[in-house]
Amino acid sequence: MLLDSNLDSVEVAEAAVLRDAVDIGFEEEQLHQLGMAVRESMVNAVVHGNRYNSRKKVHLSVTKAPDRLTVVIADEGEGFDMNALPNPLAEENLLRQSGRGLLLIQAFVDEFQVCRAQPSGTEVRMVKYLAKAS
Amino acid sequence: MDATGRITLGEGASAFRDAIRDLATKGDKKILVNLSDVSYIDSSGIGEMVSSYTTVTNHGGQLKLLGLSKRVKDLLQITKLYTVFEVFDDEAAAIRSFT
Repeated sequence: MLLDSNLDSVEVAEAAVLRDAVDIGFEEEQLHQLGMAVRESMVNAVVHGNRYNSRKKVHLSVTKAPDRLTVVIADEGEGFDMNALPNPLAEENLLRQSGRGLLLIQAFVDEFQVCRAQPSGTEVRMVKYLAKAS
Repeated sequence: MDATGRITLGEGASAFRDAIRDLATKGDKKILVNLSDVSYIDSSGIGEMVSSYTTVTNHGGQLKLLGLSKRVKDLLQITKLYTVFEVFDDEAAAIRSFT
């Protein structure tokens, strides 16, 4: 799915992913977590990656498996070095206004990878597994 | 102050920031934000809460939080902001806590 670089696309992406997540049986709390991870990733792509540039798109792909959902979100921005980002949990950064999006994504999915998209940009890959019945 | 709805990137987060800033610039020193009716907060909303905390503190005031849902409490745990914000479940206890 190709999405425009605006905040409406955040809603569109979240709704699309959650439809698939419901299909394979995710429950409410997991849906909330997955939805938040997708929202944060989409905001990063639109705001920090593509910088609202109307000529650039956000690429969304969702792959369903019986026990998991894989979501890939890629922008066409300049990319960034994850290691260069300030640690939002460091004492000196707790009062910073921004910089918590990736932390929340990592907290709410089971697998998380960031890599360079080709030919340019950033690609975020997230996997969320169905919770096993206890 | 009672907050309602969603505190997310866009109108929700900016409305929250403006409301707190208004209180702080009017000279209110003891601000208790009731989040009982807040259904959703994202990282931008958290950022505005932190920014508001700083604004109030810089004006010599205190900003505390009341009535957090489990999800909002989880967000504060994940972001370590429990070490920054004073959080209450009971309004009377929150009011008594202001110095």
